[in-house]
Amino acid sequence: MAKSVYDEYEEMLPGKLLEDVKNECQEERLSAADAKKVLESVKDAYEKAKISPGEAIGIITAESFGEPGTQMILRTFHFAGVSELNVTLGLPRLIEIFDARKEPSTPRMDIYLKAKYNKDPKLARKIAARIKETKLKEIVTEFSINLGNAAVEAKIDQKKIKDLGLELSEVVKILNINTKLFNAKEERGNLILSPKGSQNNLSEVFRIKEKAKDIVIGGIKGIGQVLPVKKDNEFMIICSGSNLKEVLQLEEIDEKNTTSNNIIEILNVLGIEAARQAIINESLRVIEDQGLDIDIRHIMFLADVMTITGEVNGVSRGGITGEKESVLARASFETPIKHIINASLIGERDNLNSVIENVLLNQPVPLGTGLPGLIAKMKKK
Amino acid sequence: MVEYVYKKIGSITFGLFSAKQIKKIAAVKVVTPELYDKEGYPVDGGLMDVRLGVIDPGLRCKTCGGKLKECIGHFGYIELARPVIHIKYINHILSFLRSCCRECGRALAEEGKIEAMVEQLGIIEKEKGVEARRALVKEFLSETRAVKKCPYCQSKQFDVKLEKPSTIMEDDKRVSPIEIRARLEKIPDKDVVALGVNPAYARPEWMVLTVMPIPPVTTRPSITLETGERSEDDLTHKLGDIVRINQRLFENINAGAPEIIIEDLWDLLQYHVTTYFDNSITQVPPARHRSGQPLKTLTERIKSKEGRIRHNLAGKRVNYAARTVISPDPKIKFNEVGVPLIVAMELTVPEMVTEWNMKRLKEFIKRGPTQYPGSNYVVRPDGKKKKITDETREQLLEELQPGYIVERHLMDGDIAIFNRQPSLHRMSIMCHKVKILPGRSFRLNPAVCTPYNADFDGDEMNLHIPQNEESRAEAEILMQVQYHIITPKNGLNIVGCIDDSVVGNYLLTRELEFDREDAVELLLAIGVDKSERFKKFGKKVGGKEVFSCLLPDDFEFIGKSKNADLTGNKDVVIKSGSLIKGVIDKATIGEDNGSLIRSLYAKYDEDTGIVILSNIFKLGIQVLFKVGFTTAISDTDLPEKVKAKCDELIQDAYNQVNQFIEDYLKERLEAIPGLNEKETLEVKIIEVLNKVRNLVGEQVQSIADDKNPTIIMARSGATGNILNLAQMSSCVGQHALRGGRISKGFRGRTLPIFKPGDLSPAARGFVKDGFKKGLNPYEFFFGAMTGRDSLMDTALRTPKSGYLYRRLANALQDLRVEYDNTVRDANKTIMQFVYGDDGIDVSKSEGGKINVKKIIKEVMGK
Repeated sequence: MAKSVYDEYEEMLPGKLLEDVKNECQEERLSAADAKKVLESVKDAYEKAKISPGEAIGIITAESFGEPGTQMILRTFHFAGVSELNVTLGLPRLIEIFDARKEPSTPRMDIYLKAKYNKDPKLARKIAARIKETKLKEIVTEFSINLGNAAVEAKIDQKKIKDLGLELSEVVKILNINTKLFNAKEERGNLILSPKGSQNNLSEVFRIKEKAKDIVIGGIKGIGQVLPVKKDNEFMIICSGSNLKEVLQLEEIDEKNTTSNNIIEILNVLGIEAARQAIINESLRVIEDQGLDIDIRHIMFLADVMTITGEVNGVSRGGITGEKESVLARASFETPIKHIINASLIGERDNLNSVIENVLLNQPVPLGTGLPGLIAKMKKK
Repeated sequence: MVEYVYKKIGSITFGLFSAKQIKKIAAVKVVTPELYDKEGYPVDGGLMDVRLGVIDPGLRCKTCGGKLKECIGHFGYIELARPVIHIKYINHILSFLRSCCRECGRALAEEGKIEAMVEQLGIIEKEKGVEARRALVKEFLSETRAVKKCPYCQSKQFDVKLEKPSTIMEDDKRVSPIEIRARLEKIPDKDVVALGVNPAYARPEWMVLTVMPIPPVTTRPSITLETGERSEDDLTHKLGDIVRINQRLFENINAGAPEIIIEDLWDLLQYHVTTYFDNSITQVPPARHRSGQPLKTLTERIKSKEGRIRHNLAGKRVNYAARTVISPDPKIKFNEVGVPLIVAMELTVPEMVTEWNMKRLKEFIKRGPTQYPGSNYVVRPDGKKKKITDETREQLLEELQPGYIVERHLMDGDIAIFNRQPSLHRMSIMCHKVKILPGRSFRLNPAVCTPYNADFDGDEMNLHIPQNEESRAEAEILMQVQYHIITPKNGLNIVGCIDDSVVGNYLLTRELEFDREDAVELLLAIGVDKSERFKKFGKKVGGKEVFSCLLPDDFEFIGKSKNADLTGNKDVVIKSGSLIKGVIDKATIGEDNGSLIRSLYAKYDEDTGIVILSNIFKLGIQVLFKVGFTTAISDTDLPEKVKAKCDELIQDAYNQVNQFIEDYLKERLEAIPGLNEKETLEVKIIEVLNKVRNLVGEQVQSIADDKNPTIIMARSGATGNILNLAQMSSCVGQHALRGGRISKGFRGRTLPIFKPGDLSPAARGFVKDGFKKGLNPYEFFFGAMTGRDSLMDTALRTPKSGYLYRRLANALQDLRVEYDNTVRDANKTIMQFVYGDDGIDVSKSEGGKINVKKIIKEVMGK
C-alpha cells in the first residue's frame, strides 16, 4: 500500500528526491500515514528550495568556477607511478576541458578488464603488453646490414617477443602488410628485410634500416605506457595515450567502464551524451583533486551548454560565445571589429535579447528583476 | 520637469553607408584642412566647423542650436578626388572581383546555381545561424573563383591577386580603385546575394569610398592646454591629413598634372584613409605624432580592453560612491557598514518632499552642508539642481513644496551597497545598512570578510548609495548580507564565526562556568536580554546554559563537533533551545561547514538567523574579553623527554634515508615497478621524511594539554593546526618544490656548501629543527626557494584564471531560468528542461540537497 503514497507525489517531486524519501521511510519502517506526513514536509521543503524564474543561472555557474579558479594550483601533475603516466590536473586541465581541445596535453586511458581477466596480475600484465604500441626496434636486439645480399638483418629478442604474445611469423606478416618499402622474411629465428624491386641500392638499404625501427608491429596505435594496477581487488590498466576506438574492440576489455580523458575522442566514438558525461567526470576530477567543492549542478549545467548543439563547443571565441546570435554580444567579447564588419555586410539585426547589449545601451537587462514587464498601457503625455 | 523616456531601443541593424546616404546625413561639406581662423574661431567648411557640433562652452551648434552637452554633434563629409578602398573591406572586395566576371559583372556560376544558392542561404541561416551561412558562402566563393570563363559573356577571367595592404593586381597589372568600383557596380543585386552580401545594406561598390563621412567634433574633442594652446585629437589630425592631400589631389587633377604625380598623391590619400580606419595594419607603417608615438585611430578606439566597447560601454562610471580603507568592528551587525562622518556628509540620499515630511526635510536644509545631518542639494521639479549655501538657504526653504527633492546626508539605517574588488562572485557586492561612525575608514564586521575575501592590511572597499526607491528596495530585499550566507557554489555557509569567536564559544561550551551576575553581564553586553532564562539561572551558570540563551526556544539540533567535550563525546545536542550535550566549535558554527548555522537558516527566516548568528559571534568574543586569552612563545615549549623522543625519531629517519642512499649507490635498491632506481629512491626518501614529520606531530599532540592556548586555537578550528605547532616547536620538515625534494641549483647539488651528489635529507631541503630553535642559513634559503616558487605560481595563475572566468561569464551570461522552469539562452534555446535535473537552487539547499533524514526526524519527533 505504501507505494501509492509515493506515487501521488510523483508529479510534485523530482525522481531522485522521491526515491530518497522512499528509501529512508522504508528504513525507518514508517506507516503509510507517517510517510505521507513526511512527503508533505519534503514537498514543502522542496518548494522552498526551488529555483526562481529569472535567476541568472549562467552567471552563477560562471562565478562558481571563476572564484575557486583563483585558488587552484597552476602546475599540478597527478602522480601515477611512471613519469609518462602523470596527468595534468589543476587549472591548466580545467582550461583544457572548457576549451574543448582536440587533444589533451596528457592523454590517458583507464582500461578495465572483464571479470574473467581481472583477477590474475599475470594475465593483466599480458593484456597490457598487448595493448602497448610496440615498434620493431623493441623486439630486435641488433640491426645489421648484410652487404652481400643487400638486406637488413634483425636479431630478434626471443624473450621479448614471447612476452608480447607474438610469433615471429606474425611479425613478418604484419611487416609485409604495413610497408611497401621492403619484403620481410624469417630466417633461423631472425628477420631479413630486403628492398623491393630488383636494384640493390645500398643507400636504400640504409634507409630501410632506419625506417624499419619505427614500424608498429603490435599493440594499439597511440598507447605509450601501460601500467597494470590493482584497484578494489581488481586489476586494471592505466595507460598514457588514448585510442578508444581500437581498445574497445578488444575481447578482454570491460567496455562499460573503460574510458579515456580525451573528450573529443569520446564524442567521436561514443556520441554526444557520452561526451557530456566525460566533461562532467573530467571537471569533477580536477575539482576534487584540488580539494574544492563545487556543486554538481554547475558542472552538469556547463557540460549541457557545451554539448547542446550536438558537438562539443568550447567556452571560447570559436565556441559558445561565437555561436551567439547577437552581434554586440560577440563584439564585446573578442575581435569586435571583425564581427561588426561582417554584420554590416548582411545587414545583421541585433534584437537586444541578451544581457551585454542592454548593458551597452543603458537598458534593463532581461534577467532577474529586469525580466518581468508590466502588462498595462502607459498613458502618453 | 523630469523627462521620462518611454522609448526603448528594440533592435539595432548594421549596414554600410552609400555615398548618397553619407551626403544625406552630413551637415557640412568639409573643404579645407584649416581648423581655426586668426581669432581662434572655427573655420567654415573646416574640420571643427560649428555645424558639426560644439565643444566650447558658450558656442551654439549651427545645425541644431544646442549648446555644449545639449548637441550630440552632426556628421560632415568630404568628396574624395579619387575613390579609395576601405581597408576593412579589402578581403570582401577581393572575393567579389574574383567571383564575378570582369566584363559583365555576373557571378561566375550558372543562373540556376545562383538561384539555388540564394535559396539555400536563406534556409541555412534560419536553421543553423549566421556562422553556418558564412561557411556556405565561403564554399561558393572558392567555387566561383576557379571558373576561368564567364558563363554569360564568355570572356576570359584572370587571376586577381591582393598585394598587401590595398593594391589589387590582375594579371600583373594594377587595377585602380576607379576600375574596381566600376566593376563592383556592374554586379547585379541577385548575384550579390548569392555571394553572401545583402545589397539592401551593403552594395559592393560602397566598399570603395568616393565620399567619406567626417565624425562630429564631439567624438574628437580638442583639449586646451594650460598655455592656452589647443591640442587636437588624433582623429582630427588624421582627418586633417586626408583633407589636405585630397585638396592637393583635386588641384593637381584640375591643373592637368602628369599621371605620376597624381598617382603618388592618390596612393598617399589611400594611405591616410587606411590609417584613419586602422593604424595597426602590419604592412602599413603607422601614422605617428610629431613625438613619434603612433596615432590612435578608429579601430584602436574600439578594440581591446581599453577600447570603447569594453572600457566605456560594458563598464560604466557612477556617482554617489565612496572608497576608503576598511577596518574591523566586531560590535556592529553583520549587515551594517560603518561609514565615516566625512563620507556621510558627502554622499546623499534623495528624498521627495511631501506634505508629511516637509517639516522634517526643512530641518535638513536648515542645517545645510556643514552640519550633520544636513543636506547638500535641493532638486526642483523641473530638474534644476540647487546647491544649498548660506546665500541660497533661506530662499530654498521658502520655495520648498511637495514635488521637490532634498538630497540629505547619509544617515543610520540607509541602504548602501558595499563591494570589494575583484568581484568574483555575487557575495562580493552586498547590501549593508549604514551606521555612521567617527574616523576615516569603513568599518565592517570581521565575520563578513570571507565573502568579500577582505582583510585589514590596507584593503579598500567601495560604497554605493542607491538613489531611487526601486533600487533601494531591490538591494534591501535581494542583496542584504543575511540572504547571502549560503553560497550558490556548494550550498554551504560562507559566513560563520571566525578566529576569537570560535575560541570563545569553544571555551564557553566546553569548560567555563560563571557566577550568576557574570553570566547575565556577559549576555547583556552583547545585547541579549532574556529575563525568562535569566530567572532560571542558579548561583553558578554553566557555559552551555549561557550559550543556550542565544537560541530560540523551539530550536532542535543534532550534530557532530570537531572536538570531544570533557567526557569524550562528540555529539552536539540541542533540545528545545538549550544546549544539552557537546561543545560548539568550527564544525557547528564555523564558516563553510557550520552545521548549526545551516540548521538555523533552514528553520527560521534569514533576518532571525542573522541575529542569532551575530549573537553567537559576539558572545564568543565577549567570553574572551571576560576570561582572557593570549598566545605566547612558551606555548611551543616541549618537555625534555618529548624533545629527546623527537630527536630520536628524526635520527631514525636519517638513518633509514642514509641506508636507502647507500643501497642506491651500491645498486642494491630494488626498483618499484614503473620507476627507475633513482625515482624509487626519491619516493622512498620522501615517504620516510613525511612520515617522520607526522610522527613528530603526534609526539607534540601527545603532550598537548587543554590549557595551552595555541592548542586550543588549533583544536577549536579557529586558526592553525597541530602541524603548525610541531613546525614551531620541533621540526619544520621537508620543503617541497614541484612535488618533490629540492634538486635544482648547481650541478648535482642544491647549494655550494654541499658535496656534489649529496642526496642526504639536509642537502635536499629537509629542515630538522623547529622555527623556534632557528634555521641554518641554507635551511632558510630552501624556505626562500619554495616561497618564491609559490609567489610565481600565484602571479602566473591570476591572469589565467581571470581569463577563464571572463570567457565563462561571457558565454553563460544570457542563460536564465524561464517561467516554465526550463533553462534557456537569449534565443530561447532550451539548455535544460529543469535546472540541475531537480530544479533546486543550490543557495537555498543544504549542500545542494534536501535533507530527508532531518525532515523525517522532525516529522516523527512531533
